[in-house]
Amino acid sequence: MAKRDGTSLSPEPKQAEEPSELLRELVAHLRQNRTQLREEWVVRITETRLLTAMTKEEIFAEATSVYDSYVEALETEAFEALQAYARNLSERIIPRGVETHEVVGIVLLLRDVLARSLFAKYQNDFKKLNRILDAYEPAANRIANTVAVGFVQERERVIRQQQEAIRELSTPVLQVRERLLILPIIGVIDPQRARQLTEQLLRGIRTNRAKVVVIDITGVAAMDVTVANHLVQTVEASRLLGATVIVTGLSPEIAQTLVTIGVDLGKMNTVGDLQGGIEQAERLLGYKVESLAEPR
Amino acid sequence: MEVPILKQGAVLIATFQAALSDADLNQLRMGLVQQVVKFRSRAVIVDVTAMDVMDSFASRTLREIALMIRLRGAETVIVGIQPEVAFAMVQLGLTLEGVATALDLEEGLAYLNEKFKTTN
Repeated sequence: MAKRDGTSLSPEPKQAEEPSELLRELVAHLRQNRTQLREEWVVRITETRLLTAMTKEEIFAEATSVYDSYVEALETEAFEALQAYARNLSERIIPRGVETHEVVGIVLLLRDVLARSLFAKYQNDFKKLNRILDAYEPAANRIANTVAVGFVQERERVIRQQQEAIRELSTPVLQVRERLLILPIIGVIDPQRARQLTEQLLRGIRTNRAKVVVIDITGVAAMDVTVANHLVQTVEASRLLGATVIVTGLSPEIAQTLVTIGVDLGKMNTVGDLQGGIEQAERLLGYKVESLAEPR
Repeated sequence: MEVPILKQGAVLIATFQAALSDADLNQLRMGLVQQVVKFRSRAVIVDVTAMDVMDSFASRTLREIALMIRLRGAETVIVGIQPEVAFAMVQLGLTLEGVATALDLEEGLAYLNEKFKTTN
């Protein structure tokens, strides 16, 4: 066994330590030297210009909790807990504008800082250093992986949530009179949104017992052939539910697309603008709009 | 499978069941027209609310029923097509072209009322 005072002695033949013993020894070292190693890590983070969106105090606070979680993951090998921690951390820092490369970067920096401290500690016992690294490296790599994946998963979750919110916002089915629905469409329609629109509209026709629907596409710049076909299908499906569809606000480009794909315009009831469309819808429903008095 | 056909004045109301076989549909096609002749009906409402799928054969049969009944001088209205069924049908190109449709029985009768008023 090598003596602590550095004098070398041929090691007595002994059993190699169990990996778990090595891990415990490693974890103990990391805990003992926590303050110094964490400080070193924060210095490296600042030097490499990562986490620029955060203040020094914030970096220090997050560094502390990341360090402790890192060491705990090494000790317990509880990677699910680490992944939950990573998602939690991501939830906090993504709104601060922290990017994926920064999160991966700081975890790798920590791995390096800790590895260097192991080199320093076991420099006189090369064989032991190797065994320690055998225990440390797979665990450290798994940690880096887990944290990165956790971060990316959280980002993807946020993006999906925002996409859903945008979709909800942008396809309202509005009842403006008894039996009259308006569906104002704004923005880009992709096939998925087109499908969602149709489903929402058909449900709306049924719920509101609508007899006329005005679909206004003034806010839609262009439509590819797939979506144009989808619009035609929406008109036909609405008819099967007993509702008449009036399409308003076709841009010249969309008018061109519809003519090009050979839409039977006899099937499509179109009016220039939304106002015209509503007026026609009211006529179809038997409404008449009269002004009561002179405007003041 | 027996499909209930009710008489409401000059209107016959046929309520289609969920799982009609091709044989059932063929029988119905003949049967409905015979009923129109027997009762001298002016219109038939076919209620398909219970059908949660509509394949091309069913769709074609409905169209044929409407055309045959029209040859007897009577009107057909298909009511109660479910949103999901309507969606699936148009994707397959089954549009029931030339056949009147309405949301449900109430709307179907209202439609016929209007029609009879204006044609009388």
